[in-house]
Amino acid sequence: MLGQLIKIQQMDILIISLISLGVTGLLAALILYVVAQVFKVEEDPRIDQVAEVLPGANCGGCGFAGCRALAEACVKADNLDNILCPVGGSEVMKQVAGILGMEAVAAEPKIAVVRCNGTCEARPRTSKYDGAQNCQIVHNLYGGETGCPFGCLGCGDCVRACQFGAISINPETGLPEVDEEKCTACGACAKACPRNIIELRKKGPKGRRMVVECVNKDKGAVARKACQNACIGCGKCQKVCEFDAITVENNVAYIDFTKCRLCRKCEAECPTGAIHAVNFPPRKEKPAEPKPAPAKPAEPKAEVKPADAKVEVKAEAKPAEAVETKQAEAKPVNQEPKVEVQPKPEAEVKQVAEDKQQTPQQ
Amino acid sequence: MTTFRIGGVHPHDNKEYSAHKPIVDVELPKQAIIPLVQHIGAPAQPVVQKGDKVKVGQLLAQAGGFVSAPIHSPVSGTIFKIDRAVDAWGMAMQAIYINVEGDEWDESIDRSEKLVPDCKLEPKEIISKIQNAGIVGLGGACFPTHVKLMPPPGKTAEVLIVNGVECEPYLTCDHQLMLEHGEEIMVGIKILMKALGISKAIIGIEKNKPDAIQHMQELASKTMGVSVMPLDLRYPQGGEKQLIDACIKRQVPSGALPIEVGAVVDNVATIYAVYEAVQKNKPLIDRVITIAGKKVAKPGNFRVRFGTPLSQVLELAGGIPADTGKIIGGGPMMGRAMSNVDMPTNKRVSGVLLMPKEESVRKEVQNCIRCAKCVQACPMGLEPYLLSKQSENQMWDAMEQHSIMDCIECGCCQFTCPSNRPLLDYIRMGKAKVGGILRARAAQKK
Amino acid sequence: MENLIVSPAPHAHSNDSVRKNMLNVIIALLPAYVLSIVAFGWGALIVSATSIAACVLFEYLIAKYLLKQQPTIGDLSAVLTGLLLAFNLPSNLPIWIVIIGALVAIGVGKMSFGGLGNNPFNPALVGRVFLLISFPAQMTTWPKPLGFAGKYLNAETGATPLAAMKEALKAGDASKLAEIDVWSTFTGWLEYGSMGELSVILLLIGGIYLLCTKTITWHIPVSILASVFVFAGLLYWCGYQGAAAPWVHLCTGGVMLGAIFMATDYVTSPMTPLGQIIYGIGIGLIVVVIRTWGSYPEGMSFAILIMNAVVPLLNIYCRPKRFGETKKA
Repeated sequence: MLGQLIKIQQMDILIISLISLGVTGLLAALILYVVAQVFKVEEDPRIDQVAEVLPGANCGGCGFAGCRALAEACVKADNLDNILCPVGGSEVMKQVAGILGMEAVAAEPKIAVVRCNGTCEARPRTSKYDGAQNCQIVHNLYGGETGCPFGCLGCGDCVRACQFGAISINPETGLPEVDEEKCTACGACAKACPRNIIELRKKGPKGRRMVVECVNKDKGAVARKACQNACIGCGKCQKVCEFDAITVENNVAYIDFTKCRLCRKCEAECPTGAIHAVNFPPRKEKPAEPKPAPAKPAEPKAEVKPADAKVEVKAEAKPAEAVETKQAEAKPVNQEPKVEVQPKPEAEVKQVAEDKQQTPQQ
Repeated sequence: MTTFRIGGVHPHDNKEYSAHKPIVDVELPKQAIIPLVQHIGAPAQPVVQKGDKVKVGQLLAQAGGFVSAPIHSPVSGTIFKIDRAVDAWGMAMQAIYINVEGDEWDESIDRSEKLVPDCKLEPKEIISKIQNAGIVGLGGACFPTHVKLMPPPGKTAEVLIVNGVECEPYLTCDHQLMLEHGEEIMVGIKILMKALGISKAIIGIEKNKPDAIQHMQELASKTMGVSVMPLDLRYPQGGEKQLIDACIKRQVPSGALPIEVGAVVDNVATIYAVYEAVQKNKPLIDRVITIAGKKVAKPGNFRVRFGTPLSQVLELAGGIPADTGKIIGGGPMMGRAMSNVDMPTNKRVSGVLLMPKEESVRKEVQNCIRCAKCVQACPMGLEPYLLSKQSENQMWDAMEQHSIMDCIECGCCQFTCPSNRPLLDYIRMGKAKVGGILRARAAQKK
Repeated sequence: MENLIVSPAPHAHSNDSVRKNMLNVIIALLPAYVLSIVAFGWGALIVSATSIAACVLFEYLIAKYLLKQQPTIGDLSAVLTGLLLAFNLPSNLPIWIVIIGALVAIGVGKMSFGGLGNNPFNPALVGRVFLLISFPAQMTTWPKPLGFAGKYLNAETGATPLAAMKEALKAGDASKLAEIDVWSTFTGWLEYGSMGELSVILLLIGGIYLLCTKTITWHIPVSILASVFVFAGLLYWCGYQGAAAPWVHLCTGGVMLGAIFMATDYVTSPMTPLGQIIYGIGIGLIVVVIRTWGSYPEGMSFAILIMNAVVPLLNIYCRPKRFGETKKA
């Protein structure tokens, strides 16, 4: 035996090592194969297909742990009635339905809406917060830097929650703004907001929608004292609405987006400007001023200070029944309506000021 | 000299501003505003109506449950309204407004200064008297006192620990109370010992109050079973669990109450209120508070009826200094900064601290350098740097695993952090979140 | 009245700062630094000044132009890294090598991870080990301590006690071990070695200062020194051929400098007392192993870097003792 071994050692050592390595490799492969067979997981191939068409952002907006979990749920489900990928919307759900041979329910596209218009000018600061910049912490601590204990705190929990970079805080207003192109209505911001200010609402035809941008539940006078733009729960909008879309509860109005027909009567009626019409074109009955060519915006930009601009945009919006879009409200300096403002006489500004003084007594 | 065994920090005690200032009575306000929530637990239910005439000590609102406390009228006059009021943090609360007329007391209250040393009541009667007087822990947490005096079945109290530590910097009201009303506190201790059926009480006092230690030691030598334990200076010694550890070297297990190790802890101010309630029939309608601050003109200790606007008390202390940056209800370590001073005083306010502007602003936050000073400072043996990061990243499950619910929010971690990180800000938020998750889970199990 | 400031509790702060802690360590290093200047003269001054200036400059440039952050050189951590790097170098090292070392220490060891607080390895040691591997000849020739009489470059050189010991062992001559003068390594007078490792006593004084100012806790230094003593002692008293006496191990090379100043670096050491003790024991064990069996005469830098890599694990598994926690029966 020993002699044999010595003989082998004298043989070409290369061959032996090749053989032994080869045998080891084969053995390992065999073990791997057997194990793979024994512990094989049977998976519906359709799950992979469905997961393929999903956005893959794993945002959790659908209520499942991620895109793959949603795919599994889709494959398991009998119908797709209660399953929706808010990010992909009905487009994606149609594809999913195609793969699974089911019918997709046409889902209304939604969008995140910030229901607070307490801008820096409208809502004076009453204290200075000096701590970790986190809305939840401020909310747990106290009423916030302003007199309104319901309004936006502006520390950006929603901005951090958004995986699509669709929300940013406008430094001028101190309020978050939703980028309509990027927003996928996953609802992460709405969950993150400790004050439940952000709501998912129907995007509306051409993105047009009516929103009460206030959630202050205080009585009118108290709310108004804290914020000029607050909903005071006066109920005028409710009276004027022909479609029963508006309810006033706890001193704050709410527009049911499933009933609203976008007639915009409430907007004109609102004494504080808490109701906003978003993405509507400027109203036609304003022929008096022929639109100056939109080539001029640089000039007013230089002249109008932001604080003044605020008032002027409103001035133009209300008495003349002109329209300001949400963006115009937020960034008055850069938007088109600004151009129209410029030629307006100061008288109108005064008119609004008077309007505003009258409202509390009504 | 002894102290608790884990962690702790040593902030400058800054007590010299108001120490040894005799307690001054504050004048009655023109209108008293009495919040309906002045304790931990369910809000009290009002039993009076608009237009009713009330006397001092008359019941205004009854307890809203077992863990709750009734509220009595601190003034005499007419109920103006029961309405919303804004607290010092800008949040709405329900409150009873009383227009003050004269100072007419309920007949049953003994207003004399005479010490009533003996108590012949049965334990059950004592506890019900405490409960009916609306007494809550005046150390800061405002936990209803009668709940502590009724140990759950299977648990027995062995020792009463009296909290005369006052470890918060600036505050001196308990110190002054011990000096001026030591005899009454001693009677109160005897009453509580009788109510609990125990024969041992320890008064824990930090060594920066040598006169209070001496005074209480003299009185304790005349009383069976009561002893004074001088303690080393260390924050947060006034925390219930830390005080028990310091006094009897037992550690309350995680999630348990002090009764688990046979201890009941009460603050000296609470015990003084117990004495007044049991011996003098006087419900909890006033307390001693400290007004202090480096620039305050006349800092001191004041006895205020609840409902007196804070601004009126501040006036008495010389007004708010011009460069005040922060007004804190309580001490600098655990007190809450206020956004206005219109709030009425209530059972929760143990002192008001006015901080000059330069001290009010936090320093710039830097990267965590992992120096482990927060781990060394944590009196509960937690890892604040980790919990804070987890909270920032919303890892609630991980926080639960790392015993977040043990946190007593004492602030030692943030106090000691060389990088000025807002550790406790995030930890407190995470604790609230995890607490909510745990309660929801418990509710689901039921 | 102006708007009040509102913030969550606590409203008081200890006034401790990163800068204060770094300054304390620098102060604690001063006695040993003064000795190294006395011993090595101009060389020590040039090397240390270059190292500190380069570290600060690189941190500033990288933070400002690469990371686009607010430079944090005001917290003195770069100064400390530079000083510690210099302490680990021979005083006759050419300036350009020192600058490369500083670049690696700050650029690779610290800023590439996101700056102070995020680096897993001690930056000064990263720089030192990089130089040791890249320039072995320059990094292992030690100038004779002739004070200001000695030349900076082309100085008269000699071997450190540990290197002499290693050479002797390789030559199979164990008798050299007994020749090491422990007293001179303890005081650091007339000794070969890197700038900072000369004097045990001066480093100990610095360590006591750090303990008194509560800049560091006792756990890491004590556990390193104790474990070096125990493991080296085991080998020595069990009669292992070529093992040096434990006091020789403690008094030579970088053990003291490493145990008191390098291993206790906040960022790269464990957070809990138990973790710190395990970390210290690990360093002690690895040092003795490298010195006894390894090819390098000294192993402190490698030992600390290896244990730095274990720190995240120690942080996960070593929890502090919770309040009220009872031992599991």
